[in-house]
Amino acid sequence: MKVRVHNNWPPGHVRTPGYLRGKTGEIERKIGLFSNPEQNAYRHAPEQRELLRVRFKMSEVWGANAENPNDVIEAEIYSHWLEAV
Amino acid sequence: MPHDHNDSQAPGTISPSGHPYRPDDDRPLTYWQNMEIAVRELLVEKGYITALQIQNQIDTMDARSPTNGANVVARAWTDPEFKAALMNDAAQATRDMGFDIGPMHLIAVENSDMVHNVVVCTLCSCYPRNLLGLPPDWYKSRAYRSRAVIEPRKVLTEFGLVLSENVQVRVHDSTADMRYIVIPSQPEASKGLPVPDLVKWVTRDSMIGVGKAHAPT
Amino acid sequence: MKDFFGKRWHDMGGDPAGSIDHNQHDFALWEKRVDALMVLSSAAGLMNTDSLRRVLEDMGTEAYETMTYYERWISSVSQNMIEFGAFNTTELAQKMAEVKSRGDTYGEAT
Repeated sequence: MKVRVHNNWPPGHVRTPGYLRGKTGEIERKIGLFSNPEQNAYRHAPEQRELLRVRFKMSEVWGANAENPNDVIEAEIYSHWLEAV
Repeated sequence: MPHDHNDSQAPGTISPSGHPYRPDDDRPLTYWQNMEIAVRELLVEKGYITALQIQNQIDTMDARSPTNGANVVARAWTDPEFKAALMNDAAQATRDMGFDIGPMHLIAVENSDMVHNVVVCTLCSCYPRNLLGLPPDWYKSRAYRSRAVIEPRKVLTEFGLVLSENVQVRVHDSTADMRYIVIPSQPEASKGLPVPDLVKWVTRDSMIGVGKAHAPT
Repeated sequence: MKDFFGKRWHDMGGDPAGSIDHNQHDFALWEKRVDALMVLSSAAGLMNTDSLRRVLEDMGTEAYETMTYYERWISSVSQNMIEFGAFNTTELAQKMAEVKSRGDTYGEAT
């Protein structure tokens, strides 16, 4: 299943790396429910959010500058940062 | 006031493990060391933690080392049932082996002739510390954190690891709650050796993915 | 600040950077104690991994470049303890002054 990472740039604590925002990848596996770090960081009672591992092709992330287009990056992204493509 | 003055810890000297000493007990007290003592004593005085807990936690961390991971890898190389359990849930499989990894969530990723895995944390310095101990300094550096996701092959060559274009590099960015251990490929020359010997072939770097397993030197 | 679009300093993936420095240091006792304080105060519910990181991130890039790893950590742990209410700033200041008066070295003050 293909997903795109939201291209948002909030000023506070988030765990979605900037270089993956706006990029499209494939869900590698679903890991389960975890506390939302964006609430945890500020001591607000955290909601449970689904965490997914998403696989991105280097060519998608870095475009023509990719070191090797077929290499991949895998990262854990919370569901509220993802939309189905 | 008595204190242990140890001239062998003068600046520039080398510890038994071959690394330079950090400023320690017999050097001028820094502001941040002062703060560490104050925070620790306040937390103990107010009953949040005990001095014994602190010592036990230090002992627990000191006991964690890459050797733990090497034992996990060597068993995975030789025990297909364990390997399957490890790939399914690495945290549970390592706990079942008897390692105290605390609340850590762990994923094992396996190298092959076609795939090479390497682990980084671009946002901070997440590392499977409850299995392998504290991370090496380079793992926490700007150079490694910045470059591992954009030019992993170039970074790996700086560790002496040159990969064929046919091998897919998979970079794992530890962005959230999972920690990662790479299961390096078993070198042909090590096949058939007993597990206690195999453990010596598994390096810390091979479990981060910046090196390969190799014969003990 | 030029052309800031929201990517924060700690979010380093893909940034240009130099070659890998392979030098390694041994951890001093005070650094191990900082590490233990983070683990134990988290286990006691006084802070968590994300609140540790949030303060480190808010300290900014200059702190990352000029302070050592565990100097930044004790700064964040201390800030977290004040936020939680484990102690207040007056108590911390008094304790730090008292610690300093014990001697000139870590060994004497601890």
